Amino acid sequence: MTEALILQAALAFAFACFAAGFVLTLARLLIGPTLPDRILAIDTMVVNAIAMIVLYGIKTGLGFNFSAAMLLAMTGFVSTVAFCKYILRGSVIE
Amino acid sequence: MTYLLAALLVIAGVFGLIGSYGLIRLSDGMQRLHAPTKASTVGLGAALLASMLHGLTLGAGFSWQEIIVMVFIFVTAPITANYLSKTHLWSGRYTPSPSGSDRPWATFDPTLDDDQPTLPKRDP
Repeated sequence: MTEALILQAALAFAFACFAAGFVLTLARLLIGPTLPDRILAIDTMVVNAIAMIVLYGIKTGLGFNFSAAMLLAMTGFVSTVAFCKYILRGSVIE
Repeated sequence: MTYLLAALLVIAGVFGLIGSYGLIRLSDGMQRLHAPTKASTVGLGAALLASMLHGLTLGAGFSWQEIIVMVFIFVTAPITANYLSKTHLWSGRYTPSPSGSDRPWATFDPTLDDDQPTLPKRDP
């Protein structure tokens, strides 16, 4: 019983930390003075979202939600690189 | 085993929070690049390790799929940081040149343009 309680407490702590991090990245997205800051905030937000998907898989006990996490990781990476490329060169595909 | 799982989850939460708090706390755009690209990556890696361990001991079964996501995140985080720092450099707000060398940053170096590979020409 107590071991399950410890696991629940750790899960709640991790959920709270990543949710607070999500709010902090949202604040940086709103107040970010330059465009690269906002891109970095979105990238960090995607990382926090993947972490929360993983934690949700642990919490429900249904296993790891592979397709959602992988899809979010790939979309976040490609969008960040494409946005930086667009700022640097004026076009995404040269 | 439950204690190891709980420790991994706490590490994941602390590192994820540090990464996102550094994004708010640090003052310069170039400094702000440090916290999320390193600390958040470690936090997500610890969360994925906890997921693997949970599947092995308590949950629905062991799977290697977490490794794929972990490798993907660990590979793409430096590329993202490289592109973002290039964007910072080209925005013109970041003036210091690299210390210990006379050359400018590599993205400004005009001598590197000669090394660009050329595409083969098609015969007319």
